[in-house]
Amino acid sequence: MKFTLSWLKDHLDTTATLDEIAEALTDLGLEVEEISNPADALKDFTLGYVNHAEKHPDADKLRVCKVDTDEGEMQIICGAPNAREGITVVVCKPGMYVPGIDTTIGVGKIRGVESFGMMASERELELSEEHDGIIELPSGKVGDKFIDWLAENDPAKVDPVIEIAITPNRPDALGVEGIARDLAARGLGTLKQHPVEPVPGSFPCPVEVSIDDDTLDGCPAFAGRVIKGVKNGPSPQWLQDRLRAIGLRPISRLVDVTNFFTFDRNRPLHVFDVDKVSGGLRVHRAEGGETLEALDEKTYTLQPGMMVISDANGPESLAGIMGGEETGVTDETVNVFVESAFWDHVQIAMTGRALKINSDARYRFERGVDPLFTADGLELATQMILELCGGEASEVVLAGTLPDHSRAYKLDTDRVQSLVGMDIPADTQRDTLTALGFRLDGDMAHVPSWRPDVQGEADLVEEVARVASLTKLEGRPLPRLTQGVPNPVMTPMQRREQAARRMAAALGYHECITYSFIDQASAALFGGGDDATRLENPISSEMSHMRPALLPGLLQAAARNQARGFMDMALFELGPAFHGGEPGEQHTLISGLLVGRTEPKDVHGASRPIDVFDVKADAEAILSAMGAPAKVQILRGAQGWWHPGRHGKICLGPKKVLGVFGELHPKVLTEMGVKGPAMAFTLWPGEIPMPRKTGATRPALALKDLQAVERDFAFVVDADVEALTLVNAASGADKALIVDVRVFDEFIGGSLGEGKKSLAVTVRLQPSDKTLTEAEIEAVSAKIVEKVSKATGGSLRG
Amino acid sequence: MDDLKNKYLGQIADAGDENALEAIRLAAVGKKGEVALKMRELGKMTPEERQTAGPALNALKDEINSALAAKKAALADAALDERLRSEWLDVTLPGRNRPQGTLHPVSQVTEELTAIFAEMGFSVAEGPRIDTDWYNFDALNIPGHHPARAEMDTFYMARAEGDNRPPHVLRTHTSPVQIRTMEAQGAPLRIICPGGVYRADYDQTHTPMFHQVEGLAIDKDISMANLKWVLEEFFSAYFEIDGIKTRFRASHFPFTEPSAEVDIQCSWVDGTLKVGEGDGWLEVLGSGMVHPKVLQAGGIDPNEWQGFAFGMGIDRIAMLKYGIPDLRAFFDSDLRWLRHYGFASLDQPALHGGLSR
Repeated sequence: MKFTLSWLKDHLDTTATLDEIAEALTDLGLEVEEISNPADALKDFTLGYVNHAEKHPDADKLRVCKVDTDEGEMQIICGAPNAREGITVVVCKPGMYVPGIDTTIGVGKIRGVESFGMMASERELELSEEHDGIIELPSGKVGDKFIDWLAENDPAKVDPVIEIAITPNRPDALGVEGIARDLAARGLGTLKQHPVEPVPGSFPCPVEVSIDDDTLDGCPAFAGRVIKGVKNGPSPQWLQDRLRAIGLRPISRLVDVTNFFTFDRNRPLHVFDVDKVSGGLRVHRAEGGETLEALDEKTYTLQPGMMVISDANGPESLAGIMGGEETGVTDETVNVFVESAFWDHVQIAMTGRALKINSDARYRFERGVDPLFTADGLELATQMILELCGGEASEVVLAGTLPDHSRAYKLDTDRVQSLVGMDIPADTQRDTLTALGFRLDGDMAHVPSWRPDVQGEADLVEEVARVASLTKLEGRPLPRLTQGVPNPVMTPMQRREQAARRMAAALGYHECITYSFIDQASAALFGGGDDATRLENPISSEMSHMRPALLPGLLQAAARNQARGFMDMALFELGPAFHGGEPGEQHTLISGLLVGRTEPKDVHGASRPIDVFDVKADAEAILSAMGAPAKVQILRGAQGWWHPGRHGKICLGPKKVLGVFGELHPKVLTEMGVKGPAMAFTLWPGEIPMPRKTGATRPALALKDLQAVERDFAFVVDADVEALTLVNAASGADKALIVDVRVFDEFIGGSLGEGKKSLAVTVRLQPSDKTLTEAEIEAVSAKIVEKVSKATGGSLRG
Repeated sequence: MDDLKNKYLGQIADAGDENALEAIRLAAVGKKGEVALKMRELGKMTPEERQTAGPALNALKDEINSALAAKKAALADAALDERLRSEWLDVTLPGRNRPQGTLHPVSQVTEELTAIFAEMGFSVAEGPRIDTDWYNFDALNIPGHHPARAEMDTFYMARAEGDNRPPHVLRTHTSPVQIRTMEAQGAPLRIICPGGVYRADYDQTHTPMFHQVEGLAIDKDISMANLKWVLEEFFSAYFEIDGIKTRFRASHFPFTEPSAEVDIQCSWVDGTLKVGEGDGWLEVLGSGMVHPKVLQAGGIDPNEWQGFAFGMGIDRIAMLKYGIPDLRAFFDSDLRWLRHYGFASLDQPALHGGLSR
């Protein structure tokens, strides 16, 4: 909402400065977004008087002027046709910036004659488009500031423009009068009263108006009158200045009058050219499919139920939103019908949204105009049209009745203090509401008709608080619910997530946060991309579906980094993935991605391509940090985006999957544009069983005094035998004695022959009561060989 | 005897290696060495002579032995020095690589604010990212026609043919978590709800996903003055600047009444924003006293309970504190950005040690 300072002063009698007004507006909740003061650019220019002018010796069109200024007489060369002796001019001296030509004036020589500045035209000072000659002032003394002269003689030219943001609850502040009322309530002046004098009609209104019964809920009242014999044309300067200052284009007197009241009083109006209207005007609902060319010269197709105003020829106006081109006024218009109606804000919002029309009328009606001002607005518009265009007004016609918006709420002055935490005396509270237009009847505050937002006692509190100024509020400590040392506040899952993040970062991964929505093709590669997770209104096709997993986002990130020349990377993300489109159909994942080499080539030769066992170790470390049990199963058969032979599921039983690690399927990498191979893991923090919390005490440390014995075994097994099978078999040979079995070598093929491999393990035996004899060790060894052979079909390597 | 002593001590001093030293030892104090031979002569002496010669010989033997030991140690030291002299490494070569990952600023700042609000008695609540329009709008006193709905640039989930329920939304703010937590826990209540939110807006300063933290405190007599205290305490702790000034400006949100937008003190110096100094104000959050209809929607009796709520952008306060210029880069996963603006795994924020390094 834009307005000028002088416009505000039409409604507010105040001595406050522009700064004070701006500060109060922001504090009241009418946040000032911008103030542009044209005087700022003109403040240096002063008046001068041309003492003498003569033709330039070497140029017919230039004149050498002697100009009297506040710094004495100066010589200025001027090319303007009106530059002559005896006129009062605006002088721009060397060093001054001239906005209209974007130049700082210097001392110059024009065809051999020195010139000390210039005399400005209106265009050069951005006052108008006028550039036929320099400004000639009818009054003013040499040395006076030009802005002072303007303020005195042409104030619109130096009228500051204030732009404020209006929250949706304040339709009343969409009119300058409403803004003035807020400032007056704050104490920045007095609200000027403008009593409305009805204009008597001299003949019955020749245009009949009606509202269909099924439309009365959307248009309870429709008022209007004919004014005949008007003369349209350009508006007077003051009106054009006002509209231009707030960014509107003056069109004609009749249109400008409606725009003026839209902004002056938040009262949108419409004017029909009566000679183009056939029969009466009828407010009704569209059947659907009708078309109407609106004043923005676009043709709209109406949907069933939308409110329109029709004459005998069909729809002529998009009710409350925009008038029709067909019946709009032109310079030739002589007879008009002025409409002032009250529209339901919800229906206007729906229609406006459906037709995608953003008009000043829609903006106001959907927030709520003052219903009781419907008739007064019509009278004010009539007066101004008669003043500007002449003519003769008919009687007012009214269809429907204005709805009863009267309501009152109890003002509990104690409650205001308890909610706001500020001592505002009860009398002040009552005075504030009165100044805002509320009528107090005992404790009951009757809401003024222009405040549709006030719908309960809480709204009264808000009014009192904002006028009292929340800036003055002093903080008061908030007592905690419990005293003493605060209890921990994080849930086990939250702690788990934090531990996982910090462990992943410790392992060298960089945390990414990628968008929760990705393109359909990428989602489909990871088991998603169906309609349940589709967005109705995505911002682009790259962000059309909720992600089914974190890996596609990480792979896209990897591709972007590869494109920037970074080939080695470790990325992870922890966040939600979506298995459906209902609330709660999301689960938290943590995924990591390794691409390239373990590290850059280095002098120690430690750099190597990343492999599956990197991600396996990382996945296990992160699971451990989240409190997962150490003893897990590694199964196969995870989803299709993993390399079929090079991945493992970390499980507690076949159905309890804590995570998957492995190499990603090469086809997936190709589709995602990632240069592979790439290793990854995905963990499900929520699948880790909650620990049985039994206190912080640890079991006693059982140290064995007897020395442990280690024995190495190498077995030849089929190549597809899994090491874990062998280890488990060996461990099972003597559960009391064997404390650890560790694979330390794998050798495939070679002298062993096709399809065979050798796996070597170290078995650690820990006696508990006496030192092991060689015979006992032999016995355990034999048992280990037997168990392993049975489990794997392999044999001890000879 | 002195001759003997001088002879061997001299030889020992001149010995060049351990072999020479061993030869000297054998010749001097070995079983058949000169000192041993002298010892044997003791038997032939008178008791008187023996009394002086015996100790003298023993002393000589000890002296030679310790000279041998000292020389042996000196030779070993010299040999070690010699070896070490040849064992030179170019220690300017890089050390072995230790991987160093990072946490995202949003994670770090979320932990920071969790630490601060926990100290003030707030716990952490969470809720779904896809929510019903009731939780996201209606329960927060934003009815279907309310202009705020249109202004929020809501993402809607697609509805299958024939499913006539209102479409679910990607939550446009973390406020639905307020309602869900009120429903689940009732009053009194002190929670913060950090998390991702979504709005269909993408330009220089907006991304379609960003992060918010919501705060909610419900009790018998909580006022806006308490809200101001909580926020001032928070800003001072978070920005690690004592006594940051805040400004409460009246505003409007459908879910609070009265409502205030909160600015913090800041300055612009040479195009750089500094928080906590100067005469400027920077808007950082929206807040207010919870609207009675919102309490009702959460199943809490507004005649008995009252409280405040606030919401602010996590990404935004991260940008302010750590001088991160561009919001869009938060979600781009550029390795250079992650390394530069990310946080080390050990930088776990805690109030007792300080939030940031």
